[in-house]
Amino acid sequence: MASARTKFLISGALVLGTAGYLMATSIQDTGMYYLTPTELSTKLDADPTFRNTGVKIGARVVPGSIQRVPGGREYAFRVTDGAKVFPVVYRGIAPDTFTDGVDVVVEGRMGTDGTFRATTLLAKCASRYESAPGEEKYKQTPGYKAGVRA
Amino acid sequence: MILVGELSLWVALLMAIWSAVTSFAGGTMGRDDLVISGRRGLYATTAMIVLASLGLWTALLTHDFSLRYVASNTSANMPKIYVFAAFWGGQAGSMLFWALILALYSAIAVWSIRGRARELAPWVCGTLAAILVFFIATTCFKANPYDRLAFVPADGRGMNPQLQNPGMAIHPPTLYLGYVATSIPFAFAIAALVSRKLDAEWLSIVRRWSLVSWFFLTIGITLGMWWAYVELGWSGYWAWDPVENASLLPWLTGTAFLHSIMIQEKRGMLRKWNVVLVVTTFLLAIFGTFLTRSGLVESVHSFAQSPVGTWFATFFIGATGATIYFVTTRLKDLEATAELESMVSREAAFLYNNLVLVGIAFSVLWGTLFPVLSEWVRGTKITVGPPFFNTVNVPLGLLLLALTGVGPLIAWRKASTSNLQRQFRFPVLFGLSTGVLLFALGMRNPHALVAYTLAGFVAGTIGQEFYKGIGARHSMHDESIPLAALRLVARNRRRYGGYIVHAGIVILFCAFAGLAFKRDHDVQMKAGDTKELVDPLGHRWRFVSQGVSTSETLNRFVTAVGLEVWRDGIRQGIVTSEKRQHFDSNKQPQFEPSTEVGIRTSAALDLYIVLAGVRDETAELRISFNPLVVWVWIGGMVMAIGGLIVMWPQTERRRAGGYVATLEPAPRAELAATR
Repeated sequence: MASARTKFLISGALVLGTAGYLMATSIQDTGMYYLTPTELSTKLDADPTFRNTGVKIGARVVPGSIQRVPGGREYAFRVTDGAKVFPVVYRGIAPDTFTDGVDVVVEGRMGTDGTFRATTLLAKCASRYESAPGEEKYKQTPGYKAGVRA
Repeated sequence: MILVGELSLWVALLMAIWSAVTSFAGGTMGRDDLVISGRRGLYATTAMIVLASLGLWTALLTHDFSLRYVASNTSANMPKIYVFAAFWGGQAGSMLFWALILALYSAIAVWSIRGRARELAPWVCGTLAAILVFFIATTCFKANPYDRLAFVPADGRGMNPQLQNPGMAIHPPTLYLGYVATSIPFAFAIAALVSRKLDAEWLSIVRRWSLVSWFFLTIGITLGMWWAYVELGWSGYWAWDPVENASLLPWLTGTAFLHSIMIQEKRGMLRKWNVVLVVTTFLLAIFGTFLTRSGLVESVHSFAQSPVGTWFATFFIGATGATIYFVTTRLKDLEATAELESMVSREAAFLYNNLVLVGIAFSVLWGTLFPVLSEWVRGTKITVGPPFFNTVNVPLGLLLLALTGVGPLIAWRKASTSNLQRQFRFPVLFGLSTGVLLFALGMRNPHALVAYTLAGFVAGTIGQEFYKGIGARHSMHDESIPLAALRLVARNRRRYGGYIVHAGIVILFCAFAGLAFKRDHDVQMKAGDTKELVDPLGHRWRFVSQGVSTSETLNRFVTAVGLEVWRDGIRQGIVTSEKRQHFDSNKQPQFEPSTEVGIRTSAALDLYIVLAGVRDETAELRISFNPLVVWVWIGGMVMAIGGLIVMWPQTERRRAGGYVATLEPAPRAELAATR
């Protein structure tokens, strides 16, 4: 007969083990790559099946590129990190902050035609809680910096 | 006053350094004169910090735009209340605010043990002073609210309109009150470890301060959810955002501690574990503050990249290292005096409670940091979102809910079969019938069914306890039912206050489970257009657009759309949703437009209408039916009230006669009621 302490340790390990298993599998199932446009195209060049993987892209909206599809709630625009540019289509309600030149995070898949189909669109508040220098990878590329100055 | 404030900040830094050095020296050498000097130094620090804070408030309220902080966080046309609240609205001010609360808490804590706890006092005072040194130094050198601009702008930049909400005026201070209160238990834990005085005395002080922290964190988190719900317009209240998670983490470990401490009091077990929980709670609170400020993870709340990150990291590592050193060198003093006797006992139930709470905390921490960790390890950033947190935490949360019912009723040491039958027959039946009833009514969502069955079970245990206790008082003292209920709670605050907290938990879980039935509809409406929708309860709603109107007030331009609402043919009134464009004193637009949600609340569900945009006189709207949301706020407040009852000091008579006795849950409620 094992002591109560041992039994507790075993059952505790079972509980934590299950939780750990859930964590590991759900990261595999729902975890998303958070990439820059350049990183995405590198990955696509290396492995075309990567198209089927949902990803998040952090990039900046190319000024003047936003078009609303007449009558619908569909947006077409282009995003860039300074090096790579690609078109995005998004269907749904765009946030208040979505305008030319803002930083956005789009979530979705790259289509075979080279257009990114976004299912969610987050725009980062251009103003601030407190204004900050660029800290993200896609803002560190020379092209991005040049774009900001321009 | 502003100059006085600025100078006071620097004096406060010197005073805090003095206090830390003399306290530690006094403690090491056993010299009372140094200890007393250290304590006075701490009081002086507090006074100086108060002056520094008054100075900043003066600057804000007199619109002294020569200060960078005032200019970049307020404007002349802002409502006064938000100018006042801007004190904690920005990076530098909130650092000072942290220091202010810490200084006040420290003074109270040190004052409250004057003449007692002689071995602990110098180390408590020294540790608190050392934490103060860190916060004041960071404020002075890295985020000084008294920094001046090279020129004086005509007006400030104003405050983000999303922060101009009554919830934002009280949510951050409440949360800070909770975060900062974790410092006091930490200081006592360090003091107890250093002086090896790990007896019951420090534990009871630590418990009291942990309750304070838990109480404010509970209110703060609830207010934060409310703010997100009414202000951000995404029709939810919890998004597993890193900063939300950061506030949840110390709450989870604090809750675990408040349970495991009972095991130590009753049975002398878990002594190491409790020290670890106290320290972890503090470190997580610091970590949460750090997360908000460092730009380490992406968040809607972040103060973005700022120079305080490295300072925080250094402090965090230092505090962790010191703790590990003291705990590992004092393991002998922390030996348990008893062992777990049976798996079917209150000890075991509480151990599982701790396991689950810490497990949830770990998974939340893991998910929050995963983007950073994956980037370090694999070079690509992988983010995890709400699906991750829900997959892991729904089962753990339901297990926790079940334990909420088991823990308070099961016997200590080893529960007998008769104990189990007597205590659990009614609650189990009540829970099962709740589940069956809901299934019969057509509920098919498995998670929701399990949640409501368990909620019924826990509600059954709480109801049974109150029923027994009130019944006993009613018959023995011949008291009326309401009086018996009142006295029952008043004379056993810790026990019945705890049950009220548990009732709040039940309400919260019921509300969370309601989200499974949420419905969203995107619609476009011109003036006069009609839309018919059916809510999750089967009611038919009709919406008639009143068209788009525009207006201008104090500091904003407002676009509004009103919908006339009918439910099942009965008119409910007009619900208005707005889009606001804020402007500065020169009518120049400022910030991005913000959303003002139209909400109609009822006990069963919220009607939640967001104006997404207006194009060609056509309003784009998202109409959501959010079931049971109001119960989230009610549940949070019930928990806070329960916490307040537990915290409220018992009268001396009770404490002298039977402080320990009241802690001891009687085998039968009748006995407890007669005490």
